[in-house]
Amino acid sequence: MQQTISFTLNGKPVKLAVDGDRMLLWVLRNDLGLTGTKFGCGEGLCGACTVVVDREAVRSCAIPVKDVAGKQVLTIEGLGQERLHPLQEAFINHNAFQCGFCTPGMIMNAYALLLKTPRPTREEIIRHMDDNLCRCGSYPRIVQAIQQVAGAMKGGAR
Amino acid sequence: MTRDMKRREFLALAGPGLLVIFPVPAPAAFLQRRGGPPSDVNAYLKINPDGRVTCLVGKVELGQGSKTALAQLLAEELDVALDAVDMVMGDTDQCPWDGGTYGSLSVRSFGPVLRGAAAEARAVLLQMAAEKLGEPAERLSVKASVVSGSRGKVSYAQLVGGRRIERRMEKAPVKPVSAYTIVGQSPRRKDALEKVTGKAQFAGDISLPGMLHARILRPPAHGATLREVDTSAAEKFPGARVVKEGDFIAVLHERRDLADQTLGLIKAQFDRPRPSTDDRSIFDHLVKAAPPARIVHESGSLEEGRKLAATLVEQTYLNSYVAHAPMEPHSATASIEGGKVTVWAGTQTPFPVQQQVAQALGVAPENVRIITPYVGGGFGGKSASQQAIEAARLAKATGRPVQVMWDRAEEFFFDTFRPAAVVRISSGLTAEKKIAFWDFMVYCAGDREARQFYDIPHQRTAAAGGWSGNQPPGLHPFAVGPWRAPSVNTNTFAREVHIDMLAEKAGADPLEFRLNHLSDSRMRRVLEAAAKRFGWKPRRAPTGRGMGVACAIYLGTYVATMAEVAVDKATGRVQVKRVVCAQDQGVTVNPEGSRQQIEGGIIMGLGYTLTEEVRFKDGEVLHRNFDTYELPRFSWTPTIEAVLIDNPTTPASGCGEPPIVNMGAVVANAIYDAIGVRLFQLPMTPERVLAALKGARPA
Repeated sequence: MQQTISFTLNGKPVKLAVDGDRMLLWVLRNDLGLTGTKFGCGEGLCGACTVVVDREAVRSCAIPVKDVAGKQVLTIEGLGQERLHPLQEAFINHNAFQCGFCTPGMIMNAYALLLKTPRPTREEIIRHMDDNLCRCGSYPRIVQAIQQVAGAMKGGAR
Repeated sequence: MTRDMKRREFLALAGPGLLVIFPVPAPAAFLQRRGGPPSDVNAYLKINPDGRVTCLVGKVELGQGSKTALAQLLAEELDVALDAVDMVMGDTDQCPWDGGTYGSLSVRSFGPVLRGAAAEARAVLLQMAAEKLGEPAERLSVKASVVSGSRGKVSYAQLVGGRRIERRMEKAPVKPVSAYTIVGQSPRRKDALEKVTGKAQFAGDISLPGMLHARILRPPAHGATLREVDTSAAEKFPGARVVKEGDFIAVLHERRDLADQTLGLIKAQFDRPRPSTDDRSIFDHLVKAAPPARIVHESGSLEEGRKLAATLVEQTYLNSYVAHAPMEPHSATASIEGGKVTVWAGTQTPFPVQQQVAQALGVAPENVRIITPYVGGGFGGKSASQQAIEAARLAKATGRPVQVMWDRAEEFFFDTFRPAAVVRISSGLTAEKKIAFWDFMVYCAGDREARQFYDIPHQRTAAAGGWSGNQPPGLHPFAVGPWRAPSVNTNTFAREVHIDMLAEKAGADPLEFRLNHLSDSRMRRVLEAAAKRFGWKPRRAPTGRGMGVACAIYLGTYVATMAEVAVDKATGRVQVKRVVCAQDQGVTVNPEGSRQQIEGGIIMGLGYTLTEEVRFKDGEVLHRNFDTYELPRFSWTPTIEAVLIDNPTTPASGCGEPPIVNMGAVVANAIYDAIGVRLFQLPMTPERVLAALKGARPA
């Protein structure tokens, strides 16, 4: 059903006339031109489409856009807009990616983890990240990158 | 068309940047060239007025780091700063012809070509500088694009000036390894910034004005034929278009998810194919239906060997079909303007795809341009790029730009799987506990690296069928093709498990037994390096500790792997705790990049080793998504230690594929050491481990 939906996207207000049952992923990619959020499986099984909604990691392929009405949505494009976020720097320093297709989802999921748990243990990192898939096998480097940020941020994501 | 015309065409295409040095005679058109890399250096590099260097290569960046490694090779030989190199990869209108990015060839095989071109360009520039500075070239030095002598300095950009220079050049020698300052280092990856900010574009991220997203009607099973179709409801969906070209039926919409909805409105009935094989009966079928065997290698006499044998060891090994499952599904965006077809494709083979698109559309190949943006993983699976043809056909049919991005079900259905395969080995030990003979027969995996490298006096290696896409009709129920290190995962699994069994029969430590049959010093060195790092303690398996070893050669690269596993005897679940991998790949271009490939190969290898197998029945692939086809995850990841052997006297070989090949055997051998049970079929699922523990042969 066509409806007007407003939310905050990467710090800026957005107002859309859309069918509210459409999944956030496609609204982001096709209506708003934000292609950093990836389509990997369409059923919330791979995590490539992860975005942060009101400080929670969410699979954008599985959440209708009407469910983010009035909320704060953060995508990879909104992270580190002025300078790189420490997570992005840490991913670069640790070469925590190869093909890079899962990377936006990995970073957004890690960002949500650090919002809640600024100093996660290695086990907490693995548990939180476990449903994000990386076929290139960058897992150990991603864990190291998150650990580096967790150590450096001392108290929370900015 | 004359050669000169083609040359001018290339010059015009190359734009305002300056092409340095034209050898005489004029180059053949290297854009369309087939059958080998062009010899003209202008095909590979361009020195721009601002001093930046554009490097043009037909290879693509799949994640393996070629964008960085190839830039390192160019920067090293040309003596320019790595940061001043801009890579253009896999664009058929700009880059020299290339057969495709596979086989760990980018550095091993293409690397010397690129280095040679850069060295030649440097020599020409040095000669020009010598004339300009009035000083012999031998007395000049180059650093970061600036040539310096006692009388002054001049930069490459200044030398090239506003002129186009054509000059023949003798073959220039490449640098010795000892002079390297850029190769052998681990600079920041050239794709890093784009990939962590979401700016990196993949084929499905291209957006063009008026573009439509397409979904295509697919059969429920391979071999099914369309009997009846009703598209009337889809045609009425607001904003949707329907294309029907025989069995090729697609719906298109400006929004991808609405195209999905429209596809769901099509009512189609298919005639299913006749019952054929499934994932259990396939192995018998393959052995029966495989083409005739060919002898790969034979030395000594098997008959003689059998007479020498005091103990026989015979075994059959199986592995299932495995999917590539890259995180980026096959995607392409096509546009046709003024008779020129442009396709942005996630592909490993842009030049072959150019031919295929041209053929499908009935246009000349030069009217088709394939642009390869970043590719979200390939592993061999994007050597086939049917989606590019689909997008181009639909762009032609609709007159609008079209994007095709397969969903996960299409990805599993149309994958060119690693073939299921059967290996039979017959072998024997002498009374002195040496391998007397080795008779190796592989069905359907292919013969790559099937030949034995252990010292065995009487041996034969034979192969029936192969991994490439052109197998006899009816052999496989769906497409097969190259999968990271084709043939070699299968052949190594069988060989290295079998060697372990021979070691056990000989009452020997598995490492010592291997060394006792190895005179190849490179193989001995990687095994010893792995053992040292791992802390291998000689013993006869099984010890209950869960440690295993395996080794292999992959196209010139030597790799030895040791692993420690824990097996839960109640559930059959295997956890790989630690993996040490020692690799000798000759000269290492980028150590950090090599470590990434080793880690990635080991983790990806856990999939085909423990969980990944394609379930199917009568042409239907039973997987639609990752819920039933289980990829390795964070929680599976062992501690990984990569040991790179320093070998500067051997040219660089590949590193993207070798580390994965040992995973099946090293884990199987470690499982045996842990629980005293051997598994001969991959993947070693909990069900198969439990069945083996109960003494029953797993189904």
